[in-house]
Amino acid sequence: MDQFKTVVGQPEPVAIGFFFVFIAITLWITYWAARRTRTTAEYYAAGRGITGLQNGLALSGDYMSAASFLGIAGLVSLKGYDGLIYSVGWLVGWPVIMFLIAEPLRNLGKYTFADVVAYRLRQTPIRISASIGALTTVAFYLIAQMVGAGNLIKLMFGLPYELAVVIVGTVMIAYVLFGGMLATTWVQIIKAGLLLGGATLLVILVLAHFHFSPVALFDAAAVKYGDAVLAPGGLVSNPWDALSLGLALMFGTAGLPHILMRFYTVPDAREARKSVFYATGFIGYFYILTTIIGFGAMALVGQDVISGIDKGGNMAAPLLAEAAGGTVFLGFIAAVAFATILAVVAGLTLAGASTLSHDLYVNVVRGGRSSEAEEVRVARIATLLLGVLAIVLGITFKGQNVAFMVGLAFAVAASANFPALLLSIVWRGFTTAGAVASIVTGTVLAVLLIVISPTVWVDILQNPLAVFPLRNPALVSMTAAFAVGIVVSWLTREPEAAHRYEDEKMRAYLGVGAE
Amino acid sequence: MSTVRKPRHTQELPEFKSLVARRWVVSLILTALLLVSYFGFILTLAFNKELLAAKIGAHVTLGIPVGVGIIVFAWLLTGVYVWWANRHYDRSVKAIRDRMGV
Repeated sequence: MDQFKTVVGQPEPVAIGFFFVFIAITLWITYWAARRTRTTAEYYAAGRGITGLQNGLALSGDYMSAASFLGIAGLVSLKGYDGLIYSVGWLVGWPVIMFLIAEPLRNLGKYTFADVVAYRLRQTPIRISASIGALTTVAFYLIAQMVGAGNLIKLMFGLPYELAVVIVGTVMIAYVLFGGMLATTWVQIIKAGLLLGGATLLVILVLAHFHFSPVALFDAAAVKYGDAVLAPGGLVSNPWDALSLGLALMFGTAGLPHILMRFYTVPDAREARKSVFYATGFIGYFYILTTIIGFGAMALVGQDVISGIDKGGNMAAPLLAEAAGGTVFLGFIAAVAFATILAVVAGLTLAGASTLSHDLYVNVVRGGRSSEAEEVRVARIATLLLGVLAIVLGITFKGQNVAFMVGLAFAVAASANFPALLLSIVWRGFTTAGAVASIVTGTVLAVLLIVISPTVWVDILQNPLAVFPLRNPALVSMTAAFAVGIVVSWLTREPEAAHRYEDEKMRAYLGVGAE
Repeated sequence: MSTVRKPRHTQELPEFKSLVARRWVVSLILTALLLVSYFGFILTLAFNKELLAAKIGAHVTLGIPVGVGIIVFAWLLTGVYVWWANRHYDRSVKAIRDRMGV
């Protein structure tokens, strides 16, 4: 394998062929979905007709990004065990969604998580501040995905960066604009199926080299690169850093607008709960596969080849696919990675568009008085605007280091969206002023602290010393958002909201009156 | 939002209060188990790396089954919640809803 020659980075006909098949099928689904997408419940929530298993696949499709597939496999292939630590962190947010958020969210809301926060509080201030939290989260996540898309597609197919971003943006706009949530959900389901199937096949091909024994694979990696690759390295050196990042991942997942929005696509709380069980299983299985793929690439492809093509190791999985299954399998895996990027940006764009149309336009500008047709039209305009903006941002941030933006998106989600959502569900005394103060504190603090943290202040702005010590701000910004929300609510009584909490409980726990 | 008949009555039902209380007890116990396992792992990595680097085979370390184990454990916790909710929670919800006639 030392003389391994690769076609990664060239426009491979097989990969392009697979990719066109995927595009053709998903656009046909979009056409099918477009004829079933007229009302707001259809546009935002696929008519609430998605089953728990389907939504579980779609949720995992939304969450398993190309960055986690290619990035974590690459991290494992170059750093060994530390990559697995990373995987564990990305999974543990899912049970939190189920235990604290999923069912009350499904019962109380309609299309966005702001519906839940605004349930018994004053609409205008809540909708505006919740939109700030949601849009900030979506924007950072979207920029990171678009830049990643351009870079990865350039690495994999040799396509120019700008062209890759325009293709991803255009196809994604077509899905969301015409097919709404129904098309987006089926794109996610197909993508999740392809990604899970492709990764499973890759693992089988790799383990075939090791008599189907993962232990033999780990041993081979350790013999080649030393026992240290199977032991924790330098990833968790500062416990405060690790704690803060852990909080962001754990509670940020429960504050991601595009994930929360998916719970409205199922008919009731029971299906919502089941969908988290399936999603957690699929995502956990996927991260275990990714770890094996990383060690497989280390053992079969070799670290020199992997880091020779991309310093970050992002091509470890495609290289391994080529080594283990030839050019055809490489083409398949590359097309799956492309499909993955498309599906994730589609979900994000729909979440952003529903915030703009449902929260800001309908509930703030039109004071909740707007016809179904008007709302769907506005949602479509918002989709188009956000899609074009995503392309422009993707091109603007070309060559920039945006890896920190995913961590920032999780920090904002954990600090701005999660505390307000949880407090509105569990606390009678929560007030409008408390919610607004909590969301604004969480958003501003998360963004401000990351700018003066080592992540941006030192790594990107090249200052010698960081003002704020933690690489991820969630420990401080999330704690502050909870504290501010509670203290401001104590200081500003809202008897009417407290009175309506009784009705909210009936709906949250019994589903009485749920959409 | 549909109107609810006899809402004041239902919220004061002891069954409803106990249902909400039980739901949060189960949720919080499961959340606590998750927090302890994950942050226990992270703190072990920070303060006692050697434990996870200990060999359990020719080369394989204890850290590998522990890392994979936390992923599987987290998933099993969601399974426990679904099992409990399908078996007990939904039944109580149905009983209360039948009683209030909605």
